[in-house]
Amino acid sequence: MGIVKRSPWLLHYDGSSCNGCDIEVLACLTPVYDAERFGIINTGDPMQADIFLITGGINTQNQAVVKQLYDQMPSPKVVVAVGVCACTGGVFKECYNIIGGADTTIPVDIYVPGCAARPQAIIDGIIKAVALFQERADEQEANQKGQKTENAALNEAGKETGNGN
Amino acid sequence: MAKQSIVPFGPQHPVLPEPIHLDLVLEDEKVVKAIPSIGFVHRGLESLVEKKDFNEMTYVVERTCGICSFMHGMGYCESIEHIMNVEIPDRAKYLRTIWAELSRIHSHLLWLGLLADAFGFESLFYQCWRMREKVLDVFELTTGGRCIFSVNKVGGVLKDMDAEMLKVMLDVTAGIEEELKVIKKTFLFDYTVESRLKGVGVLTKEQAHNLGAAGPFARASGIKMDMRTTGYAAYKDLDMEIITSEAGDSFARCEVRINEIFQAIDLIRQAISKIPGGELSAVVKGNPNGEYFMRVEQPRGEAIYYSKANGSKFLERMRIRTPTFANIPSLLETLKGADFADVPLLIVTIDPCISCTER
Repeated sequence: MGIVKRSPWLLHYDGSSCNGCDIEVLACLTPVYDAERFGIINTGDPMQADIFLITGGINTQNQAVVKQLYDQMPSPKVVVAVGVCACTGGVFKECYNIIGGADTTIPVDIYVPGCAARPQAIIDGIIKAVALFQERADEQEANQKGQKTENAALNEAGKETGNGN
Repeated sequence: MAKQSIVPFGPQHPVLPEPIHLDLVLEDEKVVKAIPSIGFVHRGLESLVEKKDFNEMTYVVERTCGICSFMHGMGYCESIEHIMNVEIPDRAKYLRTIWAELSRIHSHLLWLGLLADAFGFESLFYQCWRMREKVLDVFELTTGGRCIFSVNKVGGVLKDMDAEMLKVMLDVTAGIEEELKVIKKTFLFDYTVESRLKGVGVLTKEQAHNLGAAGPFARASGIKMDMRTTGYAAYKDLDMEIITSEAGDSFARCEVRINEIFQAIDLIRQAISKIPGGELSAVVKGNPNGEYFMRVEQPRGEAIYYSKANGSKFLERMRIRTPTFANIPSLLETLKGADFADVPLLIVTIDPCISCTER
């Protein structure tokens, strides 16, 4: 199966954010800011998503959910932490139920600061994520090709030795 | 009896911007029972009163929710002002009222968009959100922030609006009024929309009363209850009538919220015409000592702020009761007997704000 390189799909999950970054992410996808012009589409299905936008910190109850969503996404994948809560825990860092930022649970690639993160910052993060996603897709493809040629070479070698005997 | 099956709904679901989990017990396509489980957004921000003093707490309370952020801050500040017997300047009262009503417009437009999205009318969703951006531009002009703008403080407000800003505000709200009149036709007089909303999720007046529903959700069932009539901030000087509807179905909830946007625009006009000059904040000295319940009408309904102080700079206890929390029992009642396909729509009609509920 080929690797998707263009038009990555985006999954948005609200960790334990206050809604502020949440609605700014939605505002990014609707007319005025329209992040869809960069070739992304918002999807609700983690199994079809390539970029994971997470808002809000991680708490004891949603940790498993975030981990599961990340694991369900096919590789290559990029994670963007939107807002200061997703980056570090933010104003809620000292709360008893907050474990910390998104990077306590899943590997985060791009951090978007702000409380609430402004649409311009979120769009910047998305553009960086699209570029990173393409880079990773290329890398993975090159790896797969390398493996294929390696396998082919091994097969050839196997055949040759087989013939030789 | 038909075979029962359980369908898990959430916490991650395409129609939900926020995580809530429901176990839906189905008999064929009908919902028999819905079992909620919450806690995915629980942070425990009330406990921060032990670590942040009562002035810093304003910024934490504003981050209870990003949609009605301003009103959370306002409710908390008014509760502390009542404890400390601080009389805030009239201009601050009017400015608070104007920002609060603008928040209501932006919240209801957001809700109308999400409702349109829930019944699958995507262009209508985009139109509502396009209008909402204009309100956010006014917030940015007057305060510098878009959703969380922290202009409240104990004793008044931090920023002023000059005459030019007030004029821009009048122009923008007039523009929204015109556009809303057009969009109202689609929401209220369109055959397709009507067939998705009328008679769906009926909650009678008795049920709403017994289950303690709040806000537009209760008003759509005919309960005349609006905390703005208690006259906090500058509401006692403004004329308003409580908007209600009798049907109690999803259509009535949509109608009530659309009419409330018109009402909010009217309230902003009244407030701008009456706004007095003067100081922005009163001097606050010392620490609070005592306790107070403050009731505020948020876009989603009545919110209660309870603060208890003991004379030190840290409050002893702070508690917020939010409207979505009050509306969840009624939601579970309306879900009984509903079609499985209507479940996302019904969840949206209470205008859920999970981050308020779980704090």
